[in-house]
Amino acid sequence: MIEVKNIKKTFGDKTVIQDVSSVMKAGQCNLIIGSSGSGKTVLMKCMVGLFEPDEGQVLYSGHNFTVMKGQDKTEIRKEIGMLFQGSALFDSQTVEQNVMFPLSMFTKDSYRKKLDRVNEVLARVNLVEANKKYPAELSGGMKKRVALARAIVLNPKYLFCDEPNSGLDPQTSLVIDRLIKEITEEYNITTVINTHDMNSVMEIGNYILYMYQGNKEWEGTNKEIIFSKNQRLNDFIFASEFLRDAKDMRMLEETGKISNDRNMEELLDKDAPMLVPPPDQS
Amino acid sequence: MTIFSDIGRYLLMIKGMFSRPENARMYWKEFIHQCTEIGFGSLGIVAIISVFIGAVSTIQTAYQLVSPLIPPSTIGQIVRDTVILEFAPTLVCIVLAGVAGSRIASELGNMRVSEQIDALEIMGINTKTYLILPKIVASLLMIPMLVALAMALGIWGGRLAATASGILSGSTYDKGLLEFFVPFNVVFALIKAYVFSFIISSIPAFYGYYVKGGALEIGRASTKAVVVSCILILFADYVLSALLLPSAQ
Repeated sequence: MIEVKNIKKTFGDKTVIQDVSSVMKAGQCNLIIGSSGSGKTVLMKCMVGLFEPDEGQVLYSGHNFTVMKGQDKTEIRKEIGMLFQGSALFDSQTVEQNVMFPLSMFTKDSYRKKLDRVNEVLARVNLVEANKKYPAELSGGMKKRVALARAIVLNPKYLFCDEPNSGLDPQTSLVIDRLIKEITEEYNITTVINTHDMNSVMEIGNYILYMYQGNKEWEGTNKEIIFSKNQRLNDFIFASEFLRDAKDMRMLEETGKISNDRNMEELLDKDAPMLVPPPDQS
Repeated sequence: MTIFSDIGRYLLMIKGMFSRPENARMYWKEFIHQCTEIGFGSLGIVAIISVFIGAVSTIQTAYQLVSPLIPPSTIGQIVRDTVILEFAPTLVCIVLAGVAGSRIASELGNMRVSEQIDALEIMGINTKTYLILPKIVASLLMIPMLVALAMALGIWGGRLAATASGILSGSTYDKGLLEFFVPFNVVFALIKAYVFSFIISSIPAFYGYYVKGGALEIGRASTKAVVVSCILILFADYVLSALLLPSAQ
């Protein structure tokens, strides 16, 4: 479990995060969402210790990470895995060397044992026979999977993913999302995902924290988000007509009603273009 | 004020390098890798430059020594001292600032921009110790060796030019090499090589490690690192000469 208490962060005279608190549970995908510049990346960097918050605390299983120094901090960091937006793979190393790096640095295992573990995690992320390839030879989705394999190779307790779907096609995004969710549940990891991909929100978001201009605007589950009356959240999440329709269809299924500001005729407009043509009735 | 802030950050970076390695074997591997990159990677250019510097020194010294009162062996003596005192340590290190320095700055800059340094930090690795210290130690080991090699090749290049152009015979040149030889000159050259090695590795590491932005900024940082290193090498050259050479005191 990760607990964030009253985090505040400023750069110069600009306050980027203002008094944000939250609890992120183990075995769940905890999503931080918000528009660009809302402070979600800064919040994540404060959580992993890349930025030092001006005020507040970050607690990993009750241990105050913010005030830790030296070896104590290193010990917590060994339990953290992170998947970066650009994958952050070491260019000069092969896939195998990239994934083996944390094992070589922090364990005294034999080469054979390390290789077995590398192959195990690469198989877990559905990436076999890519061991000897360099990052430059991989597609975006494959790079993310290698980065995910490297992040989980030491069996971390906490997994951070910074925009895991950026630059990926919808199908590959879904594969990465499901992989993260499966791994989170399988290893009971506390996973924190920074995203503005609405498919991810609906697909894997067990807990969602919505940031607006550096403040926590809303928090809840992906079921609650459908029924939320928070205008800013609704404007952000259901920005497109397509997503508003999807929300109303879901509300209709669950409650028999749709959003207050729309009517059934609008939703079922016969003249509106359809994504999938109706089946031939003849 | 930026210069004071840069000096402060540079000193903090140097201080931050000295921490206990997480895994000594991985650090050793990185050190050996850097020795190969900095030492063997620069061997070719150092050899070519040194031979030509020695050759040109011989021809130009012969051109200027026109008095019949000066024995021809003096050319060998002048070439020897010029190469040992100045050309081998200073010129070679300026070239190395361009070759090795820009490589260090761009490597670290690329790692910073592509979040590889952040990835290492999150793993719990002290990136200053793991990425910068091996580069500095490898430079301190390899660059004085390259300078020593440059001395030998420079003197040999001078002999080659002397005999090839018929300026003087090989035996006369060799005679000049042995006349009035001051062993301290070699020590002085090596002291300079050590100081320059530290500049060549630590300044580009600083500019690369703290780069912000994208590909353009990496290029700028690399250029700035080379320019600052060259200026500091020339400044250190003057200070060391003024402090260590007896005739300057």
